[in-house]
Amino acid sequence: MSSEARPFFAPVPKASGWRLFLKTVVARAYPRVIGQQRERSWLFFDVFLSILAVSAYVFVYRAIGAPEEYVGFVVVGGAMTAFWLNVLWSMSSQLYWEKESGNLALYIMAPNSMMAILLGMAVGGIVATALRAAAILLVGSLLFHVQYAVGSLPALAAVFLLTLAALYGLGMMSASLFLLWGREAWHLANLAQEPIYLLSGFYFPVKNLGFWVAVAASIIPLTLGLDAMRQLLFPSGAALGFLTVPVEVAVLAVLCVLFLVAARWLLGYMERMAIREGRLLESRR
Amino acid sequence: MSADLAIETHNLGRIYTIRNRRERRIRKEVVALRDVNLQIPRGELFGLLGPNGAGKTTLIKILTTLLAPTTGWARVAGFDVVREPQKIRPRINMVSGGEASGYGLLTVRENLWMFAQFYGLPSREANRRIEELLRRIGLADRIHTKSSDLSTGLRQKMNIVRGFLTDPEILFLDEPTLGLDVNAARDVRRFIREWLDAHPDRTVLLTTHYMVEADELCDRVAIISQGRVLACDSPEALKRHLQRDALFDIEITAPNGLTSAMLEALPGVRKAVLTDDDGARLSLILAADSALPGVIHVLTERAVQVRHLTKREPTLEDVFVELVGRPLAEEEGSDEQ
Repeated sequence: MSSEARPFFAPVPKASGWRLFLKTVVARAYPRVIGQQRERSWLFFDVFLSILAVSAYVFVYRAIGAPEEYVGFVVVGGAMTAFWLNVLWSMSSQLYWEKESGNLALYIMAPNSMMAILLGMAVGGIVATALRAAAILLVGSLLFHVQYAVGSLPALAAVFLLTLAALYGLGMMSASLFLLWGREAWHLANLAQEPIYLLSGFYFPVKNLGFWVAVAASIIPLTLGLDAMRQLLFPSGAALGFLTVPVEVAVLAVLCVLFLVAARWLLGYMERMAIREGRLLESRR
Repeated sequence: MSADLAIETHNLGRIYTIRNRRERRIRKEVVALRDVNLQIPRGELFGLLGPNGAGKTTLIKILTTLLAPTTGWARVAGFDVVREPQKIRPRINMVSGGEASGYGLLTVRENLWMFAQFYGLPSREANRRIEELLRRIGLADRIHTKSSDLSTGLRQKMNIVRGFLTDPEILFLDEPTLGLDVNAARDVRRFIREWLDAHPDRTVLLTTHYMVEADELCDRVAIISQGRVLACDSPEALKRHLQRDALFDIEITAPNGLTSAMLEALPGVRKAVLTDDDGARLSLILAADSALPGVIHVLTERAVQVRHLTKREPTLEDVFVELVGRPLAEEEGSDEQ
């Protein structure tokens, strides 16, 4: 046997079970986190353009003499918009793009769990978007002199994380739906973007929409998440809030579980259908 | 099933059902694979040779647990592809020609590391293997290049490394040199051969529609057309079947209305293939040399001038023509899957 005929490498034990799950989450999150550092154009598009939208509302509120807290509501809403856009366009549509690039077949064929892949996308999306949201919050707060009165930082952090968990749960669920419905889902998402800006109360207290509209809008986790965060961030937040914070937290927790269970079921359904019909893994290129 | 078999299929078939989405009724059924029976021992480099649409990719998808068969069964590494996919997946990997997997923003190393993690490979070992494999395939100097900046050939080399990185027991290579230039294709073939020499217990199933590739690389080849396996043996054995025949290549000036059917009607002419691109050429498979004068006579009658005549050894292309009735190039136009 020649020297080149020696084995390229010796076999090593590979991770399995929860260790493989965690490795997959980290690995799939990596492109999203690192991608942000390599493409800096987001600084302009995601921060500057968001600040422009926020500014429009701030100027309107100041022109009509609305309470100064409304400016803070708008800035916080503008920051959270980044997460909504990330879920709508990067999370929900991701499996569709993975299919087009050929990655989806490799993900299914690998021994890892597809839930770990989706969770990795979500974690990567949260980390990457948190930076954008923080930038919007910082610039908006400095620009418009927003005053915050945080009563309980742990409560605020818990509500924020729960909101993200429920929101990205929705994104994980939508990812399979986008793949199953293809372009129709794309059009639906396009159609839903602006109405959801309105219904979720990104730029005003959702209470103003009326009880039943606000209840319907609560299916989008950002509606209650934003409302609860505003209640915890501003002195008059509680008075302008839709429901009490504990109720909103409870609903968010239910939504979170509901979306994650649905995501897991839909993912399994998508995989079974892909294997049975052979259609879902076909790239159109 | 024998423990020495890496892959075994029995009457494997796949029918694609094309539905009308609005009316939800079956519009068309396409048979992609029918009654495929294969037994591939461990350590073999097995080739599936056939044109586009022959069913090669469908077979690979079934064996890699990405598609369910409609009939028959298949076992990979001893496990059933339908009932035990989770036992198969850690043992296999796949690389497809022309794939754009990975993420353009990531470097070659980062992309490969990411895919290694999905198989549970420790990070340090993954990085060591990445360096080793990139060196062997001639891509070491691009380790920090973003994959979006790689040429098609270099990107495919990266994909090849991805497939080998997890040290799979069974590797599926679906047209791995598709679209590559001569040098890159040669590098990839050399790399595959070296890997198998160094890991004699590993199995590779390679699909290709390049005759030379199948001839040069494969221990055994199955010729597949329209979903059926027409022959399965070593390239030498397949060619030996034709060695009792006389094979001739004739360059002619212009066909002047001559057709393959006219020549095949002559006694002793088993196959005649007329190609008319970049100078007319006639490939003949004759039962014996004695059938040649009859062919020359027909050419002369039609005022077709012979510019060059060669008697040659059979190639896999000849085997394909003999079995399928047409050259591979003509088959390329048939329905995909």
